[in-house]
Amino acid sequence: MGSKILSVSVVALALAAGLGAAEARDQIRIVGSSTVYPFTTAVAEAFGKAGMGKTPVVESTGTGGGMKLFCAGVGEAHPDITNASRAMKKGEFDECQKNGVKDIVEVKVGIDGLALAHSKAGPKVALTMEQVFLALAERVPGADGKLVPNPYKNWSDIDKSLPNVKIEVLGPPPTSGTRDSFHELFMEAGAKKNKAMAELAKADAKAFDKAWKSMRQDGAYIEAGENDNVIVQKLETNKNSFGIFGYSYLDENTAKLAGVAIDGVVPEYDAISSGKYKGARPLFIYIKKQHVGIVPGIDKFVTEYVSSKAMSADGYLARKGLVTLPKAEADKIAANAKAMMTLTGAELH
Amino acid sequence: MTDVALPVSKNQSRPVSAAVGARLKVRYRAERRFRAYGLFALLLTSVFVVALLGDILIRGVPAFWQHHLVLDVDLKADVIDPSGKREVEALRTADYNALAQQALQEVVPGIKGRQARRTLSRLLSTGAGDPVRAAVLSDPTLIGTRQKIAVLISADADLYLKANGKGSGGTLGKGALAATVSGDDVALAAGGPEFTAALAEVKTILAARARALRAEIARISGGNSDAVKARVAELTGEAEKLEARAGAKDQPEELDGNMPSLLVGWGDALVKITRLGPDKVEGAALLPAGDGGEIKAGDWSLRRYATPENARKTTDQEIAFLDRLVGAGRIENRFNFLFFKAGDSREPELAGIRGALVGSFLTLLVTLVLCVPIGVMAAVYLEEFAPKNRLTDIIEVNINNLAAVPSIVFGLLGLAVFLNFFNLPRSAPLVGGLVLALLVLPTIIIAARAAIKAVPPSIKEAALGLGASHQQAVFHHVLPLAMPGIMTGTIIGMAHALGETAPLLMIGMVAFIVDIPGGVTDAATVMPVQIYLWSDLPEQAFKAKTAGAIVVLLGFLFAMNGAAIWLRKRFERRW
Repeated sequence: MGSKILSVSVVALALAAGLGAAEARDQIRIVGSSTVYPFTTAVAEAFGKAGMGKTPVVESTGTGGGMKLFCAGVGEAHPDITNASRAMKKGEFDECQKNGVKDIVEVKVGIDGLALAHSKAGPKVALTMEQVFLALAERVPGADGKLVPNPYKNWSDIDKSLPNVKIEVLGPPPTSGTRDSFHELFMEAGAKKNKAMAELAKADAKAFDKAWKSMRQDGAYIEAGENDNVIVQKLETNKNSFGIFGYSYLDENTAKLAGVAIDGVVPEYDAISSGKYKGARPLFIYIKKQHVGIVPGIDKFVTEYVSSKAMSADGYLARKGLVTLPKAEADKIAANAKAMMTLTGAELH
Repeated sequence: MTDVALPVSKNQSRPVSAAVGARLKVRYRAERRFRAYGLFALLLTSVFVVALLGDILIRGVPAFWQHHLVLDVDLKADVIDPSGKREVEALRTADYNALAQQALQEVVPGIKGRQARRTLSRLLSTGAGDPVRAAVLSDPTLIGTRQKIAVLISADADLYLKANGKGSGGTLGKGALAATVSGDDVALAAGGPEFTAALAEVKTILAARARALRAEIARISGGNSDAVKARVAELTGEAEKLEARAGAKDQPEELDGNMPSLLVGWGDALVKITRLGPDKVEGAALLPAGDGGEIKAGDWSLRRYATPENARKTTDQEIAFLDRLVGAGRIENRFNFLFFKAGDSREPELAGIRGALVGSFLTLLVTLVLCVPIGVMAAVYLEEFAPKNRLTDIIEVNINNLAAVPSIVFGLLGLAVFLNFFNLPRSAPLVGGLVLALLVLPTIIIAARAAIKAVPPSIKEAALGLGASHQQAVFHHVLPLAMPGIMTGTIIGMAHALGETAPLLMIGMVAFIVDIPGGVTDAATVMPVQIYLWSDLPEQAFKAKTAGAIVVLLGFLFAMNGAAIWLRKRFERRW
């Protein structure tokens, strides 16, 4: 009896496997960044609802993981589009070329502001990039300009005008793309503003890089996991701590959280869109041009993504928390995307 | 042992020596203490379980209900089917959202401003047209008539209504008001000091803010740096301004988004106060104020939204519209069938659990079909037929080791073997089922071996003694008797597989999938993955959806464990 079940199941499995491999793919497959995921999924849903084809499958794999899958090759087994919360790296582009993924179209879809925020019940704070660096770097310049382990316990130790509460910042772990962006946008910029650090940058670039790339390990910076909602919840219960997360989470929780002004600019929609707020990064999708026409609907999907219905300031992506690009830039990007202009590799680094 | 020993010692006639008595006391005490520990542990775990389940239910159950807006939708023939041929395709693709929007605008007439109109239209879900479409498709003769149809409202509106669905009342005005309307601007003049109380309240808030600033100044003023001095000067300026405003009694105040919202309502009109004086206010009409004129005493009321507009998600305009709709009896809280009928969506009010449920079911089916025969056969062979030698020892140890391998490793294996080597489709329940089968196979083999071992050898020996072959003895007698134990082990293994997410990450099942899978090679996701994905989305309304999905998953798990218990009770043999 048992052996019959066994053989039947093996046959069924082989059959199913054969069918699966032989079937032509009629559904767009998208991988990549979890930051872009909420926006790409919204476009995918609109695409499916408008009857332009099967709703694309959008995986949340992280930017790096997405690039790996995307660049692995051309053909049905490989994804058509990847989401990225940073530009493609030269190394990734070369990997793509090596595996036969020759024609890649880059589309900048919007901007994601990284916000430092705290509970509305807590003290109001405005910070500079330099103060953020001094509060969170593992080693900071001491009185003689040499790097010492971070001595600051309270915010007021850094600057008397800041509140007299313990430095406690909740943020993403090192595996997260948000964390990489935070280092580049806040820590590096802040380190450059610091006099002693600027001198160090000239004298010893490697030590300088190491300084802004390492976070404190003494409890002032708390790795709160990849899930931004967890950080939001923790801020609600502890009014003196700060959190680092994407602007869309701040926008959804305006009732409870206040964004910290960085260098005098509060993280708000207009300030991020215009580029005034410095803690912001562009978001991209990358399209495999070789799949256009093979997997049906890719061109229509891209057109939907860059349409004013989706990407304008009134579009549905803005309602989902995406900070959209200024109109002139968006129009140019839309035109390039529709024409499927491919990357040459020279614009990447 | 003690149970047997103690009564004997009590019944003995000769007195127990003091030393023995003392020892006995210590032993009794130790036993009582042990029982107390056990009871305490049990109570503690019960409290945790109750608290956890209670929390999940409190958060999750509201997701099963959803506010609907009942509209009289005019099913216009020229919008739905301009050609008049009643072709199904034309009926399906017509713009039903536009019809729902039109019906909503009829309920709240006279809204002119573009901004206000957009706010009103955004109260409806983007899926508001779906029930209208369903009604028309099920009965095309309705076209051209007017029908009462309940449509979905947006998730944010739903959240607001769930938090304070009663609508906000107000204090009735005592004197008469004279309203002058020009466009959206409204001026209201009272005969007497009608608004003094409200004005005083605003002044109190200003005074409190000034005090908070002064405290901050006092704290930082010790510093000497330029930054500190500049900040002190800036704060002092702000504080002085606030104090001046708070001190000027009966001076009119401008109300901005950082102050509580005060509104005056009469009839269908609602005016948000932007400038508040003791006997005269100016404001903007949120709901049309008509031509103005005299408003009698007792016909108007002063309403208050205590949270400043900047500090909440729902704007005054939205609250005004929602209050009006609630007042008109158009809002109904209904069971959210869509949650069990729909696949995933980026609109919280449209998102459903069905796709993930079907995905979980298909994945577990593949797992079950693979695991049970292979697992049981492996167990039977190892237990009954395999020679006891070094090789089988190694296999045995490795099966036990396999049961302890972290689940993500099986995902990596699945990626390398099933996807990259066999080229099976990504995100498919087939691959998910294969990976989970590998994951639970050791559990099932171990459980099945234990069940087979528990069958008394006398049964097999009797069969052998009556001339049955070894295979007949095992398959006709041992295996049927071991089945309840094997079933229990299998179901517990399946419940384990049901809760896994990590291995599925590697094979692409952590994905946004709208279409409900129809077979094992369609793209699908599973329940725990759906919960994880929803928990990570920024929209507030997805929090409730997450908890709702957890409730469904728990229900699924309880059902499976219940089945395990039932099977055990039903088929259990004692010998």
